[in-house]
Amino acid sequence: MAAVPDRVHLQLSVNGEPAPVSFSSYKTLLEVLREDLDLTGTKHGCELGECGACTVLVDGEPVLSCLVLALECEGKRIETIEGLARGAELHPLQAAFTDLGGSQCGYCTPGVIMAAKALLDRNPNASREEIKEATAGNLCRCTGYLQITEAVERAAAELREERRK
Amino acid sequence: MKKTRLEVVGKARRRVDGRAKVTGHLKFADDLSAPRMLHCKLLRSPHPHALVESIDTSKAEKHPGVHLVLTKKDFPVPFGIMPVSIDEFPLTDHARHVGDPVAAVIAVDEQTADEALRLIQIRFSPLRTISDPEDALKNPDPRIHDYGEQGNIHRNQSYEFGDVDEALAKADHVFEDLFFYQGNTHLPMEEQATLALVDGDGKLLVQSSTQNPHYLHRQLARVLQLSAAKVRVIATPNGGGFGGKCDPANHEMVVAKAALVLGRPVKIGLTREEVFYQHRGRHPVLMKMRTGVTRDGKLTGMHLQTLLDGGGYGSHGPASTFYTGVLTPVTYELPRFKFEACRTFTNKPACGPKRGHGTPQPRFGQEVQLDKIAEKLGKDPAELRLGMINKPNSLTANWLRIGSIGLEQCIREVVARSKWKDRFRKQPEGKGLGLACSSYMCGAGLPIYWNKLPHSGVQLLVDRSGQVTVYCGATEIGQGSDDVLASIVAEVLGIDTDMIRCVTGDTGITPVDLGSYSSRVTIMMGNAAMEAAEKVRLQLAEAAAEQLEVIPTELLFSNGKVVHAGSSKSMSFLEAIQFAESKFGTLGSVGSYAPPKPPGKYKGAGVGPSPAYSFSACVVEAEVDPKTGWIHVPKIWIAHDIGRTINPVLAQGQVIGSVYMGLSEALMEEQAFRRLPEKLSQALVHKMPSMLEYKSLTSLDMPDVDVALIEQSEEMRDPNCPFGAKEVGQGPLLPVMPALANAIYDAVGVRIDEIPVTPDKVLRALELKNSGKNPRVGPEHFPSVPYPEPVFVATPQEGGDGKETKKEEKKRAAAAVV
Repeated sequence: MAAVPDRVHLQLSVNGEPAPVSFSSYKTLLEVLREDLDLTGTKHGCELGECGACTVLVDGEPVLSCLVLALECEGKRIETIEGLARGAELHPLQAAFTDLGGSQCGYCTPGVIMAAKALLDRNPNASREEIKEATAGNLCRCTGYLQITEAVERAAAELREERRK
Repeated sequence: MKKTRLEVVGKARRRVDGRAKVTGHLKFADDLSAPRMLHCKLLRSPHPHALVESIDTSKAEKHPGVHLVLTKKDFPVPFGIMPVSIDEFPLTDHARHVGDPVAAVIAVDEQTADEALRLIQIRFSPLRTISDPEDALKNPDPRIHDYGEQGNIHRNQSYEFGDVDEALAKADHVFEDLFFYQGNTHLPMEEQATLALVDGDGKLLVQSSTQNPHYLHRQLARVLQLSAAKVRVIATPNGGGFGGKCDPANHEMVVAKAALVLGRPVKIGLTREEVFYQHRGRHPVLMKMRTGVTRDGKLTGMHLQTLLDGGGYGSHGPASTFYTGVLTPVTYELPRFKFEACRTFTNKPACGPKRGHGTPQPRFGQEVQLDKIAEKLGKDPAELRLGMINKPNSLTANWLRIGSIGLEQCIREVVARSKWKDRFRKQPEGKGLGLACSSYMCGAGLPIYWNKLPHSGVQLLVDRSGQVTVYCGATEIGQGSDDVLASIVAEVLGIDTDMIRCVTGDTGITPVDLGSYSSRVTIMMGNAAMEAAEKVRLQLAEAAAEQLEVIPTELLFSNGKVVHAGSSKSMSFLEAIQFAESKFGTLGSVGSYAPPKPPGKYKGAGVGPSPAYSFSACVVEAEVDPKTGWIHVPKIWIAHDIGRTINPVLAQGQVIGSVYMGLSEALMEEQAFRRLPEKLSQALVHKMPSMLEYKSLTSLDMPDVDVALIEQSEEMRDPNCPFGAKEVGQGPLLPVMPALANAIYDAVGVRIDEIPVTPDKVLRALELKNSGKNPRVGPEHFPSVPYPEPVFVATPQEGGDGKETKKEEKKRAAAAVV
């Protein structure tokens, strides 16, 4: 196996824009997003893949960015919470989370919203059980989850409505 | 003029800090960085109890990229949240638990700091490990601390309100039960982080995930020997607190010191494992409860004994010890009450305040015992409780003044909604319902350090742009304190919350508020905010009235306008500001709040009093699989006496979140310890310092929750509360654990007298039941604790004056009543 250099420079694609970045090669995607690209909206609660706070989308799939090396992400589409809003307007998931109490302290919120987005992109008609299942890997200590599930349901309905128009 | 209908309070609204949270804009402590920032890592003790004999940091200091290594010698001054327990050094030479910090490295990055930690050479001299309270009672030596009551007893106290022996002797039945409540931890999603730097003005700036910036401010000044005026603490929005970020912490002191020494920004972010060592969570408590009851279901007296496992430091322990008893008489009429409590030091991470602080444990015991009492007396548990609720505006046996009480409505609500009468004791084997109630305070009546200053201050700035800026030291920990602040000011001024900017939790620019603990924020900050807003409204009204040629008191502030009630004359809020600013000059006001003086006068009467108390009732539905002991909870009904709801979205969230945390504690959460094998060190280590192993409920485990927010009618509203609003962040957690245990009994007829209630315990109890033995799993004995002679205080009902009575007068006082 070829030696990996200490520092690498590569071009990531983040929230639909090219993001050239140089970083220490051992860094996780989480660390590169937060420390080298200043995208601190993605949080960490364990850095061991246990809590879901660092969930981002890579090629549309939810991944725990603390378990992914940034090196592996070259050429892939990375989506984070910062890219979700439509200009100045909140994405229906964001609006529903804040209007229905799906976000209290807000720390798990970016991760769980991204996990929910992946679900709704894949399955716009997700049932309540499917929503719970898709967000079961995202721990939240404030809400007791019920208002999170409701928020995803409302956002799903709104997104379906948008598609019909 | 008073508005007949509220426009902001009680309406579901997007919280003022909501947008920042869903867009990723909100900056938590670890999201902060600064030019030339360095990183700090702590070296933590691998031993549960050891002295540092020698420490050699020379190799670490020479490691490339290392800027500073700190040890105990750099920190001669100790700290602690309570003045009676100043027992921690930022870095110690006497490790009191595995994970106690002994050295720190500050380096260019975390990786380098971590490498350098391994180069520090330490010789430890291990001491005997004290593993639990019984061990602590048996082994006064070696002492974990050189202060405290004696040996390894940190706090030991005894109070008797009325002659309890006599009350129990006169009872028709005396129930004696032992209960155990295992410790658990807050597990906030955000791991603690702190950034310290010397600001452009030469002063120290510490930005930290703390619930209590004011207390941290004081302790930083103490440890660093700086004038507090040269230290500024900003509480960053907390990614969950639950009490875990109340204590000033070692890591905060260390990075502050390092920033001062190096003149560069220094940051630390704890790992999840370290958060388990910082802990300050729920105390494990063993309880013995002897309760006298009349045959028609009235309590005659209670003798409660508690034994707390405090861990390695004092923390909030002196208060926690009181709280395992003092709020017990708040829920039901309890004419006499004896309460003995002992907190021991052990070689584990320090326990402290967690949501409900010290009260969930005795609440669990009392509510399970009431279930047993109801069965014995042949009464319905709901009816039994309805017959013994405290009266509004009464004094408890231990001299706590209770204002409004909405508990009766709470019980009736959950009984009706859960169809209790049709289902309790009537469901097939394996299915059950359990009921429990509780009460909690709305803010501690006394501050943590003795002073006569306000508990909360609010400052308002209003200017010609129309914006209203509210400054307050209160801390947003996710509970919505900024939203409460904005709502109250908006309501008084008749404007929308989006006209208001909240600046909070910054000791450099906001008036002091004691912090986000003891469910104090809505009441104390709320009252201060009302006072400030009403002062500004008076100024605006005077200026507006002059222009409109009406009497100021006839003006109404509503929907962004200042309206004259008797005519159609009005002006916009903005115009009123501009007239007022030209009339009075720059506009602004302050408000402050201090709670009423507690009625009790005896030593120790300061813990328990509160401006108001909230009440809750809960019914849990449980299904138990008799083959596996597996517990399924399909639904929970909860009613909470909130007085008045400020924002229903947030209030519902607090109730559901409390139910979640309570159920998670009831079923699975444990801060448990184990011994390493002999061939290793045999050290007492945390069983599972990770989020995967420390079990908590997920979205898939959460039951359906039916929430009823019980509001008081206008005339019954608690006058101590702003708009009548009580706390909602902690109280609703309390009844969940006992309601679950009671539901298990209704389902399969076994008593689990300890928390958590796990399938293996249920299975063990079922085996006992099937073999004809007492179907109970719980503690079997209560050790002999050297409680002191009680402080005797005559109760208000028996002619007491709130002061301690001399021992020899005790009998006379009791005799006089008979």
